Amino acid sequence: MINISEVIETNKMIEHENLDVRTITMGISLLDCSSDNVQVTCNNIYNKITRLASNLVQTGEDIAHEFGIPIVNKRISVTPISLVGAASCRTPYDYVQIAQTLDVAAREVGVNFIGGYSAVVSKGMTASDELLIRSIPDALAQTERICASVNVGSTKTGINMDAVRLMGDIVKQTAVKTADRDSLGCAKLVVLCNAPDDNPFMAGAFHGVSEADAIINVGVSGPGVVKYALEQIPDANFEVLCETIKKTAFKITRVGQLVAQEASARLGVPFGIIDLSLAPTPAIGDSVADILECIGLERAGAPGTTAALAMLNDQVKKGGVMASSYVGGLSGAFIPVSEDQGMIDAVNAGALNIEKLEAMTCVCSVGLDMIAIPGTTSATTIAGIIADESAIGMVNQKTTAVRIIPVIGKTVGDVVEFGGLLGYAPIMPVNGFDCSTFVNRGGRIPAPIHSFKN
Amino acid sequence: MEVKSLPMSKFFFIFAAKFQNHIDKMNRTIITVVGKDTVGIIAAVCTYLAEHNINILDISQTIVQEFFNMMMIVDISKYEGKFDEMAEQLRLIGDEKGVQVKCQREDIFDKMHRI
Repeated sequence: MINISEVIETNKMIEHENLDVRTITMGISLLDCSSDNVQVTCNNIYNKITRLASNLVQTGEDIAHEFGIPIVNKRISVTPISLVGAASCRTPYDYVQIAQTLDVAAREVGVNFIGGYSAVVSKGMTASDELLIRSIPDALAQTERICASVNVGSTKTGINMDAVRLMGDIVKQTAVKTADRDSLGCAKLVVLCNAPDDNPFMAGAFHGVSEADAIINVGVSGPGVVKYALEQIPDANFEVLCETIKKTAFKITRVGQLVAQEASARLGVPFGIIDLSLAPTPAIGDSVADILECIGLERAGAPGTTAALAMLNDQVKKGGVMASSYVGGLSGAFIPVSEDQGMIDAVNAGALNIEKLEAMTCVCSVGLDMIAIPGTTSATTIAGIIADESAIGMVNQKTTAVRIIPVIGKTVGDVVEFGGLLGYAPIMPVNGFDCSTFVNRGGRIPAPIHSFKN
Repeated sequence: MEVKSLPMSKFFFIFAAKFQNHIDKMNRTIITVVGKDTVGIIAAVCTYLAEHNINILDISQTIVQEFFNMMMIVDISKYEGKFDEMAEQLRLIGDEKGVQVKCQREDIFDKMHRI
C-alpha cells in the first residue's frame, strides 16, 4: 500500500514545486472533412471538432479534481489544414475562412488553442500548401486561438530553401499585421524541421497523417520539481545528479501517463503518447534556466550551459521512457525565452544571447523559441535564422524549430509583454550581417549523407 | 451461458478477477489532512465517512516541520454520491477546523511511486 511519505512527497510536488500536466491535446483527423466546396469543408470541420471534443475540457477538469493534479491546458490539434483545404481552397482568403471556423470551434468546446493550421513542405510545396502559407498572416491576425506551423525540412528530404525564404517573409508579415498587439501573431507561428506527427505542445502541434482518426496526447511538465530535487543534493557528483534527474523525470511522467489513460478511457479516444518535456512557464519556480543554474552555472548561457542542458535532456528522456508505455512528441527540455523567468533574467544580465541559444538547440528538444527580436530585422535575416535551425535539426536527426517574434516598433533595450503563459521578453540583438544572396538562391538543400540508411 | 471449453471459462474468470481488481483500485481514495492544530478533525472526518458508507482501510500520521499530516486510505465502492461532492464536503469540514483536507484517487500515488 502507499505510505504517507509518498503521499506527502507527491502533494508537495503539486502544491509547492509546480508539478502539473501541461496539456491534454486531442488530435483529430480532418481528412474526412474535405470537399470541393469551402463552406461544406468548414461545416464538416466544425461538426467533427465539436462532436469529438465536446467533453474534452470537462473531462480534463474532472480528472484534475479527482487526482488533485492541475491540468493546465486542454487543446486540440488537427490535420495540417493545407491537406484538408486542398480540394476546395483557391485563394488564401478561402483558407482564412477555415481558420475562422477552427477558431469558432475552439471557442465552442472551450480549448485555449487549436493547432494544425499547417503545411508540411519538407521537400516541396504544392499550390495549396503555398496558399495556406500565404494566408497565415491574415489568419493569425483575425483569429485568437489558432496556431500555425510550417515544416520546411527533414533529415530524409533535406531543407526546402524556397519555403525557408518564404517563411522569412511570412514571419515578418505576421509581425506587421499584428503590430498593434506587439506582433503577437508570431507567437503562434512556428517553423520546424523534422516536425513530429504527435506533438501536443503549441504552437507547433498538428495531427499528422500517420495518426489514427482521433487520439489523446499528454504533455507533462515539472521543471520546478526537478529543481527542488537537485537542491537537496547540492554537492553531488554527476552520477548522483543524473540519477536524481532520471528518477524525478520518472515520477513526473507517470502522472502524465495516468492522466492520459484516464482521459482516453473517459473520452473513448485511444491514447497516443506522452510528451515528457520539461516545459517552463513564467511562474516563479517553474524555470528550466533555474535548473541549469542549480546544476552549477552562474547564469544560463555561461560556459558549460550546452553540456548541462545535454545532460538534463538525456536524463529526462531516460527517466521518462520507463514511466510511459508510449513516448513521443518532442520529449526533452524546452528553452523558450519569454516563458521562462530564469531565461529572461539571463538575457537581461547579458549572459545569454541568440548564438548561445542556437548552440543549446543542438542538444535539447525544441529550438529558438519565444525570442523577441528587433522589428527592423529583415525577412532574409529571419530566413537565415530558420535555415540555421533547420540545418541543425536535419544533420542531428532531431526536431528543431524557430518561433521568433520581430516586434514592430521595438528594438534592443525594449521589453515586449505577451501576457499569460506566453510571458514577456526583452528584445534580443540579432547579427546584422546580410545573408540575402544565400537565402535567395532557389531550390533545396539535399538530404545529408547519413540519412541514407537502407 | 454454456461453457464451451476449459480455456474459455478460464479466460472468463481471469478477466473477471482482473476487472474486479481494477474496480477495487479505482475505488481506493486517499484523504490527506494537513494542519497545525487538529483537535477534533479525525472525529469529524471519520463521522462523515461512516455516514456515507466509506470504509477506512488504513490510517497513518506523521509530523513534518510542525505540521500534522494524516493520511487515510478509504474504499468508496459503497459510497453512492459523486467524488466531487465528497471532496468538497470534506474540504469544508477541514476549513471549519482550520486544516486542509484533500481527496485524491489512489492511482496517482501508486503510479508515481511504484514501478
